Amino acid sequence: MLKFVVRRLLQLIPILLGLSVLLFVWLRALPGGPAQALLGERATAESVARIEALYGLNEPWYVQYWKFISAAVQLDFGNSARTNRPVIEEMSRTFPATFELAIAALIFAIGIGIPLGYYAARKYGSWLDNLSVSGSLLGVAVPVFFLAYILKYVFSVQLGWFPTQGRQDPRVDADHPTGLYVLDGIITGNPEATWDAIMHLVLPAIALGAIPLAIIVRITRASVLDVVHEDYVRTAEAKGLWERTITRRHVLRNALLPVITVIGLQAGLLFSGAILTETVFAFDGVGRFIAEAISNRDYAVLQGFILVIAAMYVVVNLLVDLSYGLIDPRVRVR
Amino acid sequence: MSLSEVEAATESEQVEQPAGNLRKEAWKRLKRDPIALVGFGLIAFFVLVAIFAPLIAPYAPDAQPGRGMITPTNIPGPSAEHWFGLDASGRDEFSRVVYGARQSLLVGVVATLFGMAGGLLLGVLAGAFGGKVDTVVMRIVDIMLSIPGLLMAIAIAALLGAGLWSVMIAIAIINVPVFARLLRGQMLAQRGSDYVLAAVSLGVRRRPIVLGHILPNSISPVIVQATLTLATAIIEAAGLSFLGLGGADPRVPEWGRMLADTQRYLASAPHLAFFPGIAIVIAALGFTMLGERLREAIDPKYRR
Repeated sequence: MLKFVVRRLLQLIPILLGLSVLLFVWLRALPGGPAQALLGERATAESVARIEALYGLNEPWYVQYWKFISAAVQLDFGNSARTNRPVIEEMSRTFPATFELAIAALIFAIGIGIPLGYYAARKYGSWLDNLSVSGSLLGVAVPVFFLAYILKYVFSVQLGWFPTQGRQDPRVDADHPTGLYVLDGIITGNPEATWDAIMHLVLPAIALGAIPLAIIVRITRASVLDVVHEDYVRTAEAKGLWERTITRRHVLRNALLPVITVIGLQAGLLFSGAILTETVFAFDGVGRFIAEAISNRDYAVLQGFILVIAAMYVVVNLLVDLSYGLIDPRVRVR
Repeated sequence: MSLSEVEAATESEQVEQPAGNLRKEAWKRLKRDPIALVGFGLIAFFVLVAIFAPLIAPYAPDAQPGRGMITPTNIPGPSAEHWFGLDASGRDEFSRVVYGARQSLLVGVVATLFGMAGGLLLGVLAGAFGGKVDTVVMRIVDIMLSIPGLLMAIAIAALLGAGLWSVMIAIAIINVPVFARLLRGQMLAQRGSDYVLAAVSLGVRRRPIVLGHILPNSISPVIVQATLTLATAIIEAAGLSFLGLGGADPRVPEWGRMLADTQRYLASAPHLAFFPGIAIVIAALGFTMLGERLREAIDPKYRR
């Protein structure tokens, strides 16, 4: 197992290096170079030169790359051109928000997806099965931002059940030691803030969790269908085990293996979806920050955020692989 | 199976024959499948609307028949005159949604074709040569897959500047690794098969084996993937345009940007969000339904 972990960790190095080269080249390949891109089209030659000197863009590329890499490993990604604050500070403000949102979306997707997929498979061909199959087809065809609009219009604007935007009502008096607002409310013993944060999370989490939900339903259903036809399930039935025991010990344990992989693969999708969801709900997280960075040509922010998100994504995939190796010993041998 | 089919099957000595039969059988299954047929119907509807947009739409997409009727708090919704209502500039929403189908279809098809072509090239390189070429190509693919799709598309579109071509290229590029990995896997699986061994032992050279034997037998899943990619490409294009990275000309209607523009009017004019959104769903759903069922029809794993 240790050898497996070490091998997988070593495989990360070329990926992360390649990624850093790609992003380094990316910033410099922007139309007119990064200084021009930052200043816009009406920049004068002097102001471009000043910016280039300020960010060291007039040095040879290998010096620039070395500086970029050595700064990046110390989590120094420069300053945001828009807010004029260090990119790392913006990250530590926005990442907890998106993390909280992603967790809520996953709880929604897994909590509904696995039971629904399971019962759809057990009642193969029933109305529940047909409903979940067509629902999962529909789920991946609805753009995240459109679903977000519908939810916002129906449940916030019309019914008024949920707040329309943000993470916390400004009138609520709350402290935020961790940046995870629900958790903050709990540890500061503030039930009002906790409840308020949860209410702000519901709609964005449903919008963001819809596609993962559709995928989890489909994979769970297919996987359970595969497993229930296995010999060991028939054996378990033949020897007269309780239905519940068969479900828990034989069907679910084997059927959930591919589901875990798929859940891990949702990490990237969640980041992509968060950019759109957070924009609609003005949810102050990574996605909204990135969307604003785009419209403000804040490329240092984009570079730093993409690098960190990609690195996190790679690590999440690694963890998924490792957990797979833990659960299924066959994986380790390869 | 009818007698003539049995005869045909026993008489055939060519190695490609089983694939042909599989395809015929898949086609037969598909024709009886209601979900696939509905999907096909939705696609046909979408494509026809795109092609005949000038005939269907009562107004030009940039005409402002409702100019002067519009105030920020009063944007008229659907009526007999304007089926989908008016937008914030007094333009006919129905006409704009209809014309929007053109942009959406164009971006979807071009992005998918380019992405598929790039992926096929890399996949064939990796699958046919193996060894060092394979390692290098797959490392590139790994790096590309390590960036979440939309984020990479944003980075590429930012590089190229907002516009229709940037969107198409960005979406094409994020789909390259998907096709490359798929085709490589298929080709590796085919490489070990008996008919390839037979061709090698007959002294057939590498290029005819790869292009004439392995590639045609690996292509079915690629077609399935392309159908599904059309759906995601349409959604991704709408997402990029929603974020302001779409076409530069505001007179040309794009569903994604139409949705973005309604942000401020959601409470007073929900129809402006509803109709373009439904249009995206119809287009994407058609390709998703057909693609999923195509996959199940072709892949023996799904047969029960």
